[in-house]
Amino acid sequence: MIRQVLAVFLDPRMQRTLLLQAAEHISLSLSAVVLAVLVAVPLGVWLTRREQLAEPVMATFGLLQTIPSVALLAFMIPLLGIGREPALAALFLYALMPILRSTYTGIKQVDDAILEAGRGMGMTSRQLLFLVEMPIALRVILSGIRVSTVLIIGWATLAAFVGGGGLGNTIMSGFAMVSPGQILAGGIPVTLLALLADYLLGRLERVVTPRSLRA
Amino acid sequence: MIRFENVSKVYNGNTPAVENLNLEIERGEFVCLIGPSGCGKTTTMKMINRLIEPTSGTIKINGKDIMQIDAVDLRRGIGYVIQQIGLFPHMTVAENVALVPKLLGWNPERRRKRVGELLPLVGLDPAEFRDRYPRELSGGQQQRVGIIRAMAAKPDVILMDEPFSALDPISRESLQDEMKRLQRKLKLTIVFVTHDIDEALKLGDRIAMMRAGQIVQLASPEELLRNPTNEFVAQFIGRDRLLTDPDVLTVADVMIKPVTVDPGHGLAEAIVTMKKRRVNSLLVTDENDKLLGIVIPKQIDLTRRGTVADVMRTVTVTTAPDVHLREAFQRMFLDHLDLLPVVTAEGTLVGLLTSTAMVDALSDVIWAEGDAQ
Repeated sequence: MIRQVLAVFLDPRMQRTLLLQAAEHISLSLSAVVLAVLVAVPLGVWLTRREQLAEPVMATFGLLQTIPSVALLAFMIPLLGIGREPALAALFLYALMPILRSTYTGIKQVDDAILEAGRGMGMTSRQLLFLVEMPIALRVILSGIRVSTVLIIGWATLAAFVGGGGLGNTIMSGFAMVSPGQILAGGIPVTLLALLADYLLGRLERVVTPRSLRA
Repeated sequence: MIRFENVSKVYNGNTPAVENLNLEIERGEFVCLIGPSGCGKTTTMKMINRLIEPTSGTIKINGKDIMQIDAVDLRRGIGYVIQQIGLFPHMTVAENVALVPKLLGWNPERRRKRVGELLPLVGLDPAEFRDRYPRELSGGQQQRVGIIRAMAAKPDVILMDEPFSALDPISRESLQDEMKRLQRKLKLTIVFVTHDIDEALKLGDRIAMMRAGQIVQLASPEELLRNPTNEFVAQFIGRDRLLTDPDVLTVADVMIKPVTVDPGHGLAEAIVTMKKRRVNSLLVTDENDKLLGIVIPKQIDLTRRGTVADVMRTVTVTTAPDVHLREAFQRMFLDHLDLLPVVTAEGTLVGLLTSTAMVDALSDVIWAEGDAQ
């Protein structure tokens, strides 16, 4: 089996294909996560100001999470056709929840005493958000983004089912040819990408956390 | 400079938290708001910086109705210190202290200078503490930073909401001392909420004793101790503390039970009694406890036989149990007396004032005042 995998990795043509697919994979995952951050972070912040909406909204997004991924992807085809767009849309929806949840909890967990001090000192709500709440919640928000990213890199494999490209293509052709070597040749880079993303985002979390907030 | 005019605060239809309150606070004054929980002291304080807005009435600062001032601008001109300290954990000490100046648009150099001025005021070395994070400080140090953070932009008023109650007793004590010193030195106007009467007596120029949303008594600590307006105030201050006021204490509070003998007692026996009871005088009384005289050792000549009646001296100076202690002590002091028998109007001996009792009573007073300063 190892020999089969090595055979794929050492084939110059396959190398090029894998590199190309990895690039697609990264681009697809990254786009989904970036879009999810752009939506989920502001939404999470907004929910901390509308607490009675927080649970219903988050329950709805939680429900989305439970739809089987293949089903969600298939569901996107009538809406967005095949190709990159339906894959991106599905991945985006999956990426939302961990970021939304972590933003909401991160901001909620900021000590009330700190907020009262800030308000009492004459900070506007905007200043309170950007100078106090966001910096303190940043680490928690980043950990949500990290969870989403790792998740999405894995799920982006399924993009191949709707013609969305990425390393899933290699895995799919592995299935088609009943070639475990080929399946692994697609799967291993996905795993490595996920681990790499996890590591890099973990580093980022530490870098942006002042030493006083580190556990 | 701060004036409450008929201020009330009612939370959705319930009984008012603050009712028709009138209060005028002078510039440079340290006013303590005190009372049991739920008396409206915190609400009263928070209405000054509009964290809570009055239901009716007006609050003026320097003659200006605070409702006419933008809440954010108002707060930037008022220092605020809370019990939980509330330092921003992600900012250094310097960043915390310089926050309001930054919001007010001071340039970095001016902010830096101000931090350098403020830290030493509360005994923190700027070189050492400027770049530390709150978590790297002790509770006492954190609240020191909290205090200078409130002073940073030279506010007109500083509001303090039980700032020391979460600290250990030693830090609390020293921060109280420092706060009072700073307030005097910089002529700060401070409104201070506390539930600790000792703290209020120690810090306040005036104390507003509150109950059920109203001020029951507004007075200096001295006045409060001497003349509590009613039972509630007296009870809040505490009986012990009231009694230790030398003007309130009477002879009966500190007199001791004297060692007495009857006039027929032999001299040798008298000496043995003194030795056994470890006293240096005996009071001679008849069967009705009427004071006849006093015997001290140097009057006893053991070479002669006789009774105490033969050698006792009559007592010319006595006092009564209901005499104010201060008066009785003055008497002892002026007449160089070690002893002052206490007799009733009918001449019955009921006690004895000694110089030891005087020292005890004085030290109680000093201790009580020491607690309250």
